[in-house]
Amino acid sequence: MADKNKPQNELRSARRRELLKMSPLLLAGGLLFPRVRSALLEGGLGFSDRASSALFNRHGKLTFSDAEVVPFSKFPYNYFNVLDPEVDLEQWTLTVEGDVARPGEYTLSQIMALPKVSQNTRHVCVEGWDVIGNFGGARMGDFLRAVGASPTARFVEVECSDDYYESIDMESALHPQSLLCYEMYGKPLDRGHGAPLRLQMPTKLGYKQAKYLETLRVTSVLKARRGYWEDQGYSWFGGL
Amino acid sequence: MRNAQTAKAKGSSERNLSHLRVKSFVVTSREKVRAVYEHPTIVRLAHWMAAIAIVVLSMSGLQIFRAFPSFGSKVPQHTLFVPPAGLRLGGWLGGALQWHFTFMWLFMGSGIAYVLYEFLSGHYRTVLFHRRDIRGVWPMVKHYFFFAKKPREFEPYNPLQKLAYTTALFLGALSMITGLVLYKPVQLKYVAFLLGGFHLTRIWHFAAMCGLWAFLPGHLLMVAIHGWDNFASMVFGWKKEPPYIHEPDGGAEHGK
Repeated sequence: MADKNKPQNELRSARRRELLKMSPLLLAGGLLFPRVRSALLEGGLGFSDRASSALFNRHGKLTFSDAEVVPFSKFPYNYFNVLDPEVDLEQWTLTVEGDVARPGEYTLSQIMALPKVSQNTRHVCVEGWDVIGNFGGARMGDFLRAVGASPTARFVEVECSDDYYESIDMESALHPQSLLCYEMYGKPLDRGHGAPLRLQMPTKLGYKQAKYLETLRVTSVLKARRGYWEDQGYSWFGGL
Repeated sequence: MRNAQTAKAKGSSERNLSHLRVKSFVVTSREKVRAVYEHPTIVRLAHWMAAIAIVVLSMSGLQIFRAFPSFGSKVPQHTLFVPPAGLRLGGWLGGALQWHFTFMWLFMGSGIAYVLYEFLSGHYRTVLFHRRDIRGVWPMVKHYFFFAKKPREFEPYNPLQKLAYTTALFLGALSMITGLVLYKPVQLKYVAFLLGGFHLTRIWHFAAMCGLWAFLPGHLLMVAIHGWDNFASMVFGWKKEPPYIHEPDGGAEHGK
């Protein structure tokens, strides 16, 4: 420290102390290291998903008037590898497995025998566009009860004819607007939109709405492959 | 602290500076200076964290916009403009979303901590534009743009400065609220309705970013013009002998 004859500059030492308090900002330097950066971004994405899941309102619904629905021709076809995986619609069944009392093969007419819901809801793409469409189908909750899904199971996993795969949290699957969708605009789902059966959940982003469903699995332990886009870095919860 | 006296600046009813800490420091054996603790630690941390967050969120936001560079319909799609690669962050949509979803917490956290601090400490009186500041705006504009004489300073920030900061804070809050609505348009459907719907909210979100960047050139120019002591206060907190404490009633009752 300064000797007696030369008093220390108090302002300078006060400023030095204040500068030290700014040291948390140095953490930003960690972004220069790829390993720190990817850990941070993964953490940020995971935290956002946990927050989204914790704050999810299972009663939050949004529906639109018929006037707000876009014409069918303006509802985009979106796909990741093929628009039409050439599903044999005659022979098609949905394989149900996992934590269910009644696993097995379910036909479309069995699913159509459940109460039908028709709703005008919004399909929001992660890219930023959105379309309001009309969708018809069975509530996923009704189907899960029909197959005797374990009430403690936490997830629903699906696999599709185009090799797409997805997984969703049970709370979102049981949302009253979450459909096993087999109709659009009052007509059977066409091949490009996922015939014969797709997911349609207005509380989830578009990439969660798997098309051309083949297998539905009820589970409490997610596979390492959680979803086609999620495995490449998209948010898993993908909630709206 | 040796030989240092601490006192609060006593303000008149017109300019209440009681929230500011003024202190005199021994700098050499003969000299004392007064300094004002203009930017407490939380304010400085929040300022620089928000600065980092705004850069990251803007650049990753442009990469996200690249995925659907339009404010219109998907079918048919009319590309508005493609942001240049040098301004984008994240490499692709998924990467950009990770940056966005990570730094949005830094932006919200620093913003909320700042606003809470400002109100609990009374510091907001320095920053928030007030009705009585209206008449002081034009003289400052004349000073900056038409070389008129500089009005006397009675407070840390002049009326034009308060107007700029208040606007920037509003834009920050707008970008946060619109961002939350775009993130959760179903959960926050009532807020989305107030903002005019999902499409319009996307435009507000973009406009708020543009507004924040429009604020920046003026901000940096003013920092450059006002010299080291002014800039240093946003790093070290203390500002040495700011002119307003020499005005009558400024830093009154202070050990002279």
